[in-house]
Parts: sequence; C-alpha cells; structure tokens
Amino acid sequence: MRFRVMCALTAALLALSIGGCVSQNFRDEIQIEVKPASKRNPAPDFEVKDANGQAFHLADYKGKVVLLNFWATWCGPCKVEIPWFIEFEKNYKDRGFAVVGVSLDDDGWDAVKPYIESRKMNYRVALGSMQIERLYGGGEGIQSLPTSFVIDRDGKIADVHVGLISRNDYQNELEELLH
Amino acid sequence: MNSKNFFISAALCTLAGAVAGAQTPGVLSVADPAKLNVPRGGELTGSLKLQLQPGYHVNSNSPNEEYLIPMRLTWDSTAVETVSVQYPKPITEKSDFSEKPLSVFTGDFEILTKFRRAPKASPGPGFLHGKLRYQACNDKMCLPPKTLEVKVPLLVE
Repeated sequence: MRFRVMCALTAALLALSIGGCVSQNFRDEIQIEVKPASKRNPAPDFEVKDANGQAFHLADYKGKVVLLNFWATWCGPCKVEIPWFIEFEKNYKDRGFAVVGVSLDDDGWDAVKPYIESRKMNYRVALGSMQIERLYGGGEGIQSLPTSFVIDRDGKIADVHVGLISRNDYQNELEELLH
Repeated sequence: MNSKNFFISAALCTLAGAVAGAQTPGVLSVADPAKLNVPRGGELTGSLKLQLQPGYHVNSNSPNEEYLIPMRLTWDSTAVETVSVQYPKPITEKSDFSEKPLSVFTGDFEILTKFRRAPKASPGPGFLHGKLRYQACNDKMCLPPKTLEVKVPLLVE
C-alpha cells in the first residue's frame, strides 16, 4: 500500500513538472486578449499628483481607455515599453485613450522628473504610494515591474500584464477596446 | 488510482500550484555566515555566501548603466572596522532591455569583507550587523530593490 502511495506521489510530481513546462510554453504562444466585459472588475480609484503638481483621480478618466503602468527608473524592461506608450498616447489620444504612469521610485521626483524629460514622456506620470500599490497589488503591493492594467471606458480592468509583453499585444488590446 | 492516492495527488497539485503562482519577494538567499574570531592584531576575512534563484540576475556593485541600482554590502559594528568589501567578478550579460551589456551576478556567489579589530572593541562575544542592498531582474521583469539584514556571530579575543 505504501509503495502504491509513493508511486502515485512520484507520478503526480512528474506530471506536475511536465504540466508546468507545457503550460509555460503554451502561455508564451497564446495570443493575449482582453477579458470579456462581463468578467471585468472595476479599477480602484486613487488620487495622485502629476509631475506638474496637479492632483487627479483615476476616475477622471472614465469614458476613456487607460493604460495604467506601474514602473520605475531602475527597471530595464520598463524602459523598453516607454517609447511604445509615448507612441500610443500620441496615436490614440484623439480616440479617447490615455496612458497613466505610476512610478515606484523611492527617490521620488528627484529621480523621475529628469527621466521624464530625457525620455520625452508625453503622458501623465504620478508617484505611487503603498496605498495605491495595495489597491492594485494586494497586501504586499506591486511585486514586479513593469505591471500594467488595461482599463476599459467603463473604468473596468480588461487585462493585467506583469512583466514585459510585446508592443503588438498591447496595440491589439487597445485597438479592441477603442473600437 | 484509489481515492486516497487521488486525494494526495490533488493536494500536492494544489500546493505546487500555489507555490508556482506566488510572487517572488526574495529571490536572493544568504547562507548562515560562519562565526568570526577577531584577533588582537591583524586583519580577518568574513565571507557571505549568496544564492540567487535561476533565471534572475542582480546588478553587480558596478553596473554599466547609471540608472541601475548597484549591490552594496555595508557593516555596522563597534567591535570591528571594515577594511574593504570584495565583490566577485561580475558576469557580462546581454539583455533585450539594455543597449550596453549588463554587469551582473547570477547563481551562487560570495562577497568577502576584510575587517580589523576596532580600537575600542571589548573582548567577548557579540554580533556584527550588515545590510545587503540589491535589485534583481529576469529578462521580463524587475523586482523592487531590497535590503537584506545580515547578522554574523563574532568573538573578540
């Protein structure tokens, strides 16, 4: 009996490890798509100040598609996305779209403002706080950067991306939501 | 498979799934440091052995890009003074997100620190407290900078 239990455990572990590999590969290949509207949760509102000192609420963007991007100046993969977001802001602004960047830099505006200027970031950037991080990342806050939330015109989260995805994946999702 | 075996397998799957899906708040672990005996004269060397999860890197103490957060080990003690901190030779790694190759540490590595007895050190046992600041990434994402607290037992002769 003990032998049979051990065999079952071994088989389960093996299946699990193979399954993990397969599902990882599968995830890499599947097309990223927004959630169906019925399964979307509201994006929690927060108030922050942008680089010009102007206070705003995320809820101010209701009626627009928003790409809420948590990032930091020390994050290499975040650096890759910034030119895409600049382009999205420029190309889709008139169709009711906005990027909102939330920086998680400990050094605050001293680190972020020069970065915004050097990269010519044309979208609104705010500084994050633990309160905002908990709203979007749970008790421990946002644990990986970049983390981006794609929010629909009703203020609901249509998709979440932890880590770098392709520019095309973002573009396809935005096109679908802006349609 | 009978019901008992199925139940065990299901429980294992659930547990493994939970672990695999968990965030990675600490990808760098420190082995328990060996006790330091501080002699009356001369210098001594302390070793800090570190292990980084596969797939991740941490910036070295001298990253190639200004915006990257370097690894820093600092010590605080009344018993010893830090003479020098010797980091391992970094690995140069090409990354999709950096034009310049990255200067990083990966896998298992060791940081050596040379100490000498502080002039006002009192003989007897105590602890040496250290802080290791680091920032880890993989090829798709970065984790927030972290500071690990290190406690090394020591005996001042």
